[in-house]
Amino acid sequence: MKQIFPIFKREFLGYFRAPVAYVFLIAFLVISVALAFSRYGGFFKAGVASVETYFVFLPWIFVILAPAAGMRLWAEEKRSGTVELLFTLPVTTVEAVFAKFLAGWTFLTVAVLLSFPMTLTIGYLGSPDWGVVATTYLGAVLMAGAYLGVCSLMSALTKNQVVAFVLGFIVCLALLFLGFSSFTDSLEKIFPLPVADALANFSFITHFDAFTKGIVDPKDVVFFLSLMGFTLFLNVIALER
Amino acid sequence: MIEVKGLVKTYGTKRAVDGVSFAVSRGEILGFLGPNGAGKSTTMKMITGFIRPTAGTATVDGIDVTADPVAVKTKLGYLPESAPAYPEMTVAEFLGFIAEVRGFRTYDAKRSQVDRAIALTHLAPVRNQTIETLSKGFKQRVGFAQALLHDPPALILDEPTDGLDPNQKIEVRSLIKSMAATKTIILSTHILEEVEAICTRVIIISRGKVVIDETPTALRARQPGARLDEIFRSLTASDV
Ligand SMILES: Nc1ncnc2c1ncn2[C@@H]1O[C@H](COP(=O)(O)OP(=O)(O)OP(=O)(O)O)[C@@H](O)[C@H]1O
Ligand SMILES: [Mg+2]
Repeated sequence: MKQIFPIFKREFLGYFRAPVAYVFLIAFLVISVALAFSRYGGFFKAGVASVETYFVFLPWIFVILAPAAGMRLWAEEKRSGTVELLFTLPVTTVEAVFAKFLAGWTFLTVAVLLSFPMTLTIGYLGSPDWGVVATTYLGAVLMAGAYLGVCSLMSALTKNQVVAFVLGFIVCLALLFLGFSSFTDSLEKIFPLPVADALANFSFITHFDAFTKGIVDPKDVVFFLSLMGFTLFLNVIALER
Repeated sequence: MIEVKGLVKTYGTKRAVDGVSFAVSRGEILGFLGPNGAGKSTTMKMITGFIRPTAGTATVDGIDVTADPVAVKTKLGYLPESAPAYPEMTVAEFLGFIAEVRGFRTYDAKRSQVDRAIALTHLAPVRNQTIETLSKGFKQRVGFAQALLHDPPALILDEPTDGLDPNQKIEVRSLIKSMAATKTIILSTHILEEVEAICTRVIIISRGKVVIDETPTALRARQPGARLDEIFRSLTASDV
């Protein structure tokens, strides 16, 4: 497992060797703040100092940000042929998958933490419940990891970053929509009820919502962590086949 | 030191490598020859553990690649065909990364390995240039530097002199030759003179099969007076 660190380091710094990372971080901040202040966000209307109005859009923003952060993880290695270099170094597939995932996850965590000035503003304007702030951040980071696991897997399935982005986007969007009743209602028409229920249980919104209300339900934590574990497992299989 | 037995790789119905066997010991430089698509690169990829053989085994120092790939990879230095490297990194950053993965973690250990590899392959002038801006020959040298970095007991070099200027070709050949005494080296090439100049043994692969395994002198003796490319042609004529 000691091989994880150099690969992690190369991959994480790699985000900043290209301007793409900065573009996405800035776009993330601008969009998230703009949405919070928009009439959909109701940042002013709410009348209470809470971070919820800011974080309520996070599951949506991650649908774009996670594929953007995850698309290059494997597709780019395959396209440029460096995957042959990486896998003839003394590294196991599990270590490489884990190291790259951690790098992407750290990058997304940085993005989430960059919203901290916004949180401080809320703290200055009113007195938010800092416990809720903490659980919201925890939920956001866990959700980011689950999204990224999906996107890393998609990236391992193709040589083309654009294809990886689109695949990641579609799967993430589907996972998001599972939380909407209109969407799950139509699922119930296609699948038997237990299956539809099980599918609806995969919704990111439902699992994230509890965190923004200050509740850390082990069920939600386990959901995000096991989704990460499962996608990374498939990721290893996809690379070893 | 490197032993290959009945190695087979099939892609769909195509047998890219069809039962290749040979053994190379320390001090030998084995030259791989063969027409395009003969299976040279595929054989090398199986020895280095990048792709899994359909059948057969490859062992390095008695260790089976499929059984303990990481142990084999620590013993090998590998230059893949067309020398892939991370384009957005500088030469020093890239070699530093390889050094770290190869276990040189302290600043001094890393620095001395990188400096040594840079000196051997004459990369000092481009040390801090990003790899994507390098010319083909310099990229090739970065790939070579990466393979040499940990001073491995065995080297597998897929077309090491490809894209180098005539001076560099001679330079790299003499470098390979100078390392031969203490290492096991397998290289592939399309330059027949190269084989004569540095290899102690030649293997000609055609359609995934070994057709010749002998010394360069014996190869030349097959048709006295003929040019090497004529001999090569007559041995691999069936391969389109
Ligand atoms: N991933 C793959 N899928 C299908 N066929 C493949 C794949 N990789 C290699 N091949 C086929 O295997 C055969 C051997 O290829 P290989 O790259 O080993 O040849 P080579 O001897 O290195 O040729 P060259 O001199 O051109 O480098 C070729 O016919 C090639 O088309
Ligand atoms: Mg080849």
